[in-house]
Amino acid sequence: MAKQNLELKATSFTLSVLYINNADLDIIAAELDKKLAQAPHFFLGAPLILNLSALDDTPVDLASLRSLLIERQLVIVGITEASIPFSVQAKDLGLAVVKSGKQAATAKIPPRGTKIVKQNIRSGQQIYAKDADLIVFGAVGNGAEVIADGSIHVYGALRGKAMAGAGGDTQSVIIASSLEAELVSVAGQYWLAENLQQHCQAQRGCVRLEGESLTVELLP
Amino acid sequence: MAQIIVVTSGKGGVGKTTSSAAIATGLALKGKKTVVIDFDIGLRNLDLIMGCERRVVYDFVNVINGEANLNQAMIKDKRCDKLFVLPASQTRDKDALTKEGVGKVLEDLAKEFDFIVCDSPAGIEQGAMMALYFADIAIVTTNPEVSSVRDSDRILGMLQSRSRRAEQNLEPIKEYLLLTRYSPSRVKTGEMLSVEDVKEILAIDLLGVIPESQAVLKASNSGVPVIIDQESDAGLAYSDTVDRLLGEDVPVRFITEEKKGFLKRIFGS
Ligand SMILES: Nc1ncnc2c1ncn2[C@@H]1O[C@H](COP(=O)(O)OP(=O)(O)OP(=O)(O)O)[C@@H](O)[C@H]1O
Ligand SMILES: [Mg+2]
Repeated sequence: MAKQNLELKATSFTLSVLYINNADLDIIAAELDKKLAQAPHFFLGAPLILNLSALDDTPVDLASLRSLLIERQLVIVGITEASIPFSVQAKDLGLAVVKSGKQAATAKIPPRGTKIVKQNIRSGQQIYAKDADLIVFGAVGNGAEVIADGSIHVYGALRGKAMAGAGGDTQSVIIASSLEAELVSVAGQYWLAENLQQHCQAQRGCVRLEGESLTVELLP
Repeated sequence: MAQIIVVTSGKGGVGKTTSSAAIATGLALKGKKTVVIDFDIGLRNLDLIMGCERRVVYDFVNVINGEANLNQAMIKDKRCDKLFVLPASQTRDKDALTKEGVGKVLEDLAKEFDFIVCDSPAGIEQGAMMALYFADIAIVTTNPEVSSVRDSDRILGMLQSRSRRAEQNLEPIKEYLLLTRYSPSRVKTGEMLSVEDVKEILAIDLLGVIPESQAVLKASNSGVPVIIDQESDAGLAYSDTVDRLLGEDVPVRFITEEKKGFLKRIFGS
């Protein structure tokens, strides 16, 4: 097999989180210098996530905060529990905005509606059911895309792409009368056609998450 | 009020112009006053297939721009006095077709004709969008192969979202499948999709199946729509197609491999 130049694998890491509890950067700098003097090698080069929950909406320039940390040889990779303005700044600075496992697990799933489409979805068409389950009375053609924050039910052949749990809901499922999809994904975990075909050939089935990976359950 | 038919496909070279010419001629021969319009601005060839290329003086774009009136631009068919051709311009660019301009011309024609057949260019650009925008009926011309079926599916999506009927929430365009260049022997060997395969994927009513036929090339070379050639399988298949369009229930022919029957083998044919 040819060597792949790119591979994407999900791996979990343990990262230290530095809580920034004061908006005054001078105070933060002084405090840091004190900590580093006590244990000079403890933080050195270690990737850090900044927890900004204490700052709420206090305007702090994230770029200055980052420079302050970099000057002290700290490697900052992202922020967490930050208000939206911080997330925007982080994006500009190329920093990640991460959710801790705890936070993700407790993320509220908004109450869902249902979006019903009573026709075939054709190549080039895209349907998105925001905060809702999606039900299609018809087929989803090759080159068409159906996306839902909830589950997707297709009462016809699913030949295009289907993405359920687009907002991160891992309980979402994809059900189709004939699973022939180009891609199926639940809460970001996806299979391409070839993966899907290893589990089912144009059969009626339900695709869902079991732990971190997808499975298909064939339906009668 | 005329019915506006668009002959469309997405993919190029599948037989839209051949079909537009044949169907328009067939409708006229059935006594329906019909005009066929070439929407393929810059690549006109409907007039060639209809055998009237030497009589083109003004064209569709001239009419839209008010440089000629419809009676000056429409060419009356030599064979059938119910049939007219509105040729495309060879020189102007496709953006000459505006929604207002096309709408006005179709509105004027609709008062006079029973059927307006719009020969769409390939692709999903302006010309193709204008050809389908005002349609009441779409004849989705498809060859029995995967890429053509995919493009037809794409066009069906456009019919459902980008047409006048879709935008104004009217009753949707009536969509029909016309399967062209069908070769039963190549279906049998698995090189081509079968009628059933294509129907299954596109899920629209079948209007007709036109076999791959030498008669088509012969007809276009001589500027006679193939439906006039009632000796040919393609000509007969187009006649059946026109009958179905007019509501008759006609069985589909030429979809199984031709075998010499028992009697034919004995007596010759
Ligand atoms: N049933 C048929 N049997 C054999 N040849 C055919 C058949 N139908 C069409 N053809 C041939 O296919 C070619 C393309 O046909 P035509 O010009 O009608 O297609 P088109 O869809 O209008 O193309 P374009 O997208 O370029 O406008 C022509 O050479 C024509 O003779
Ligand atoms: Mg053409």
